[in-house]
Amino acid sequence: MTVTSTELKANSRDIRPGRIIAWTLLLIGGLIMITPLLFMFSTSLKTSGQVYDLRLIPAAPTFDNYIKVLGDGRFMQWFLNSTIIAVTVTISNVFFDSLVGYTLAKFEFRGRYFIFLAILSTLMIPTEMLVIPWYLMSSQLGWLNSYWGIMFPGMMTAFGTFLMKQFFEGVPNDFLEAARVDGLNEFTIWWKIAMPMVVPAISALAIFTFLGNWTAFFWPLIVTTSKELYTLPVGISSFSAEASIQWELIMTGAAIGTIPTLLVFLLLQRYIVRGVMLAGLKG
Amino acid sequence: MAKIELQKLVKEYGKTRAVHGIDLTIEDGEFVVFVGPSGCGKSTTLRMIAGLEDISGGNLLIGGEVVNQREPKQRNIAMVFQNYAIYPHMTVGQNIGFGLYTSKLSKAEKQKRIEETGKILGLEKLLDRRPAALSGGQRQRVAIGRAMVRDPAAFLFDEPLSNLDAQLRAQMRLEIKNLHRRLGTTIVYVTHDQVEAMTMADKIVVMRDGNILQVGTPTDLYENPVDVFTARFIGSPSMNMVEGTIAGGDLSIEGAGASGLGLPTHDGKVLVGVRPHDLVVGEFGGAGLSASGTVEAVEPLGSETLVHLALGKAQVIATAPGRVVPQIGSTVSVHAGTGSLYLFDAVSEKALGRA
Repeated sequence: MTVTSTELKANSRDIRPGRIIAWTLLLIGGLIMITPLLFMFSTSLKTSGQVYDLRLIPAAPTFDNYIKVLGDGRFMQWFLNSTIIAVTVTISNVFFDSLVGYTLAKFEFRGRYFIFLAILSTLMIPTEMLVIPWYLMSSQLGWLNSYWGIMFPGMMTAFGTFLMKQFFEGVPNDFLEAARVDGLNEFTIWWKIAMPMVVPAISALAIFTFLGNWTAFFWPLIVTTSKELYTLPVGISSFSAEASIQWELIMTGAAIGTIPTLLVFLLLQRYIVRGVMLAGLKG
Repeated sequence: MAKIELQKLVKEYGKTRAVHGIDLTIEDGEFVVFVGPSGCGKSTTLRMIAGLEDISGGNLLIGGEVVNQREPKQRNIAMVFQNYAIYPHMTVGQNIGFGLYTSKLSKAEKQKRIEETGKILGLEKLLDRRPAALSGGQRQRVAIGRAMVRDPAAFLFDEPLSNLDAQLRAQMRLEIKNLHRRLGTTIVYVTHDQVEAMTMADKIVVMRDGNILQVGTPTDLYENPVDVFTARFIGSPSMNMVEGTIAGGDLSIEGAGASGLGLPTHDGKVLVGVRPHDLVVGEFGGAGLSASGTVEAVEPLGSETLVHLALGKAQVIATAPGRVVPQIGSTVSVHAGTGSLYLFDAVSEKALGRA
């Protein structure tokens, strides 16, 4: 491919001082964010003796840690636990937050505003304050040390409801009324018409919920006592609680643990940027 | 097929009354157009017929049955919306087929209907496309297709052509009219565009402030408007209105002369209406209205020119035939023959008759 002089001129015009500063700042920001990840990956390729050697590229990289971690039945159990919990809670949030958000956005009924405010007000209460009531509740209802005990506080969230309500408000009523005239019931209208129009919001909610639950540490640590029910972050942290801190294993577990989050993001992020809604309206 | 009857139909939003107990009968197979300015209650009335708005008072009958409490889906009507409302995540075929979502037809029968509908509307090659890949006119056809495929008792159109450009609007007007002729289904059509109303309707319903002012054929409304509002609303450009007085059987208008007119028995102030196409530029010796005025603006249309005149205190629009384009600032004579003047009571604005 040849570059013409006109293109060269155009490119050189693009290199302005403002742009250079912006790129530099972005580069610094990017490096700050990626450096811990690089060290995590690097440490996962080191032996226990090399952990405190801060060279980014290990002198003698090894996959032994991966073999050790993946061969440990407990790790796979924690991975499975985290997967079950994160997937279930994500599906639950997408379903219930959307249903409630849609109802609040599209139906007129007495007390609608009050209910919305009540839901929103829960956003102001920090998780740390809720942990004791959650624990007491779990204890009374026999939910301690169970999947349900880990999942129930997050099955529906105020943030998700708020997010979905805002997006559903942007769905023109004509679509819903057209479906009503076509004979659909309200549930089918929500599922078949409204939901596909807020796919970007659903994707965002799914990513946030999945990541939040995949990395959840505090509540799963409190509500579980049996190691078989540990989630991945709780399980990985237990590596440090034993005789000595096994950084290379912790970092290996963390590196494996990032794979699902990357996959979820890669799978869903394209829907966030794809605005499909307006295509069916006036052009 | 269905006859639709509105009996003292009322719509209230809290304490505000949007539709004031209107009566109307739409015969089976008729093409009825509701026309009026924004906020006149035409769309609200249509939405009550569709079942998308609750009825506050009166009765709505479709096919002889009161349907006030019935859900939209139980009324067997189809509606086309101003914004098309075709689903962006479905293909053209799926959109058209969505009208059959609750139908008990077999899959093969549904597919056959979709293809037939696509063919009628010239969409047969676009059935696999998404709405984003269609033009405005094609999208509107898809919306019509979704309504058609169900073979409903009546079609309701809510300003369906508002978002199209002038050329496409004219084409779609004709297509909808042809479709009506072909299907023979009752159509209730809402528009604020009187040209659409005049060109498409079997019967026009003129609405204002939640009331029906006049119901009639396009010619009826054009020739015999019941009041000043209808007279000015129907016809483009709007009817000219000048003040006048009838005294002792004579009509006097400031800055104009009138002779040989058969006037209604009325004494007092009147509004004299004359359509721009009846007020012609040029000398004239016969009976009727004659006047002279200063040309303020001209709009050459090719076959004729619209001439804006200052006639005494009034501003009027006259027509110059052929390719005559008067000079701005010049004084020209205009005339309107007998039978082309519409007289209205100056206070009640009700029609008194023609002269």
